[in-house]
Amino acid sequence: MAIQQARSISNISNAAYNWARKNLFGSPLNILISLLIFPLLVYLFISSIDWILNEAEWDAVTSNIRLFLIGQYPQSEVWRIGVVSSITTMLLGISWHLKGLVFRRLSLIILLPLITLILIPPIFLDISIVLRSWLVVVSSGILVGYNVSRFWSISSKNLLISWLLSMLIDFILLRGIEGVEILPYVSTNEWGGLLLTFFLAIIGILLSFPLGIFLALGRRSKLPFLKGACVVFIESIRAVPLVTLLFMALIIVPLLLPEGWRLDRVGRAIAAITVFSGAYMAENVRGGLASVPIGQTEAAKALGLGPLLTTTLIVLPQALRNVIPAIVGQFISLFKDTSLVVIVGLLDLVGIGKAVVLGNVEYINQQAEVYLFIAAVYWVFTFSMSHVSQILEQSLGVGDR
Amino acid sequence: MSIEIDTDHPIILFEDVHKWFGDFHVLKGINIEIDKGEVVVVFGPSGSGKSTFIRTINRLEEHQNGKITIDGIELTTDLKNIEAVRREVGMVFQSFNLFPHLTVRDNISLAPMKVRKWSRQEATSISEELLERVGISDQADKYPAQLSGGQQQRVAIARSLAMQPKIMLFDEPTSALDPEMIKEVLDVMKELASSGITMVVVTHEMGFAREVADRLVMFDEGNIVEAGSPEEIFDNPENDRTKLFLSQIL
Repeated sequence: MAIQQARSISNISNAAYNWARKNLFGSPLNILISLLIFPLLVYLFISSIDWILNEAEWDAVTSNIRLFLIGQYPQSEVWRIGVVSSITTMLLGISWHLKGLVFRRLSLIILLPLITLILIPPIFLDISIVLRSWLVVVSSGILVGYNVSRFWSISSKNLLISWLLSMLIDFILLRGIEGVEILPYVSTNEWGGLLLTFFLAIIGILLSFPLGIFLALGRRSKLPFLKGACVVFIESIRAVPLVTLLFMALIIVPLLLPEGWRLDRVGRAIAAITVFSGAYMAENVRGGLASVPIGQTEAAKALGLGPLLTTTLIVLPQALRNVIPAIVGQFISLFKDTSLVVIVGLLDLVGIGKAVVLGNVEYINQQAEVYLFIAAVYWVFTFSMSHVSQILEQSLGVGDR
Repeated sequence: MSIEIDTDHPIILFEDVHKWFGDFHVLKGINIEIDKGEVVVVFGPSGSGKSTFIRTINRLEEHQNGKITIDGIELTTDLKNIEAVRREVGMVFQSFNLFPHLTVRDNISLAPMKVRKWSRQEATSISEELLERVGISDQADKYPAQLSGGQQQRVAIARSLAMQPKIMLFDEPTSALDPEMIKEVLDVMKELASSGITMVVVTHEMGFAREVADRLVMFDEGNIVEAGSPEEIFDNPENDRTKLFLSQIL
């Protein structure tokens, strides 16, 4: 056993040696580059760790953590966010058990930061005991869901319905119902921080994805008016910056709505984001549609499938699978673009950061820390998205082997 | 819907059918009658219009002049008619065109479930039966890309048969196959021919044609230049171009 271990260790060090010789010191130029870059990387790494631990002051972040997470959402109603998060993690656990790979990875990605936060001792991270216990509840949701589905299995279709339904319930829970005492109405203007960022991104994705598919199909349609309308829509939206669309939505959306209807500022921002992202999504999907061989359509037609079934059962699944990286790339863009809602007066994660820094004299010299924190949060989520996209691609690529 | 079908009438009827691709006159007045249960092999040089001809039978290609009647239904721009014809006509392609995102079983049971509205159970049992018939019942859970070319083409045949068509069209079914896989596909087709289904086959497999075909049809430059029984065509071709073509491929 010990010998085996020693052998495998020497194997590993041998492999590392060979790798280094081949990739780092393969040629004179290679040696030169390695020798120049390696010390630089070490220096950067050590000095950033030193800065993060010793020089930086994080109390602008830690004492405002609630603002960063949920903005002005009333303190007395915070439990609703806990419930919403727990419902989501439970569904995630169920999906992990039923669907495996992609959801397992997603669960782990979500558990990792949660558990880290729970385990950091209070001396380093001064978050309330309430928040800490909520983190425990939310992360155990995954385990609960996983175990529930071992005894009570549901079909894929019902799982999808559950997800969509849960989002509706989440929204009602978060927003509350006017006149109901235990769920008082919380205007979306009070939502902020990561909560608002998530809300904008998730609703934006859920709406712009089908919009993009519809526009892409419309653009390939043989009906001249439908095709023309889609082309004009896609091309004019893509010609305009998102910032402009956000301003326009603020003014134009109320004019388009029938009399008596009102859409709050968050709703208008979502309209702008959806339309913007949908136009780009359409072009991605169109690329996917073009990549499906004509023989697929012919085979479907020859079997007697009509145009609708041919598109939904044969062409679209292949088209979307072929452009997963581009689609997820668009989702990531959308997620980051939500930060532009600052300019229409909403306080998403970036907006809160700005407000914290500019609103308090004592934090004015902690700008770097605040924006670094925000950047790190964005990085965690965007990196997770692109990672999950790779897993998704692999697991759906099963037919290509 | 009950349409009286006169069994004396041909199941495929082409009357002076013309087709153009832009300026290119690809079918120049095709007239042919194919009877129920007949096995017709279509051959000819490439670009002669044989593939286009077979693809007009289920309207994967539109004809511009003349009249095509399939099992009593005339092919016009009427989408209902087109779909009715396609339900009765199966087609096997040179490049298989299996659905890569579905398992073999789902490839076969998709159309019966979605078009014929069969239950999953019925559809699965017919796909099992057909896989048995084409000799690959152990591959039902695989994806098309995991099968050899010959196996894929047999799945494609099973997929068409699942709709219980009256007519089967084969558009160069063995041209994309490695030589050692051609036989397994031809064997399935021979078995099919003996079952009494109407078949139209574009192929240059002349051994198959001689053994199985009731009639051979030679296409050249958009016309049918000669048609007849295998004996007539092989042993005593009348047309010079048929003679020349056969001498090149035999």
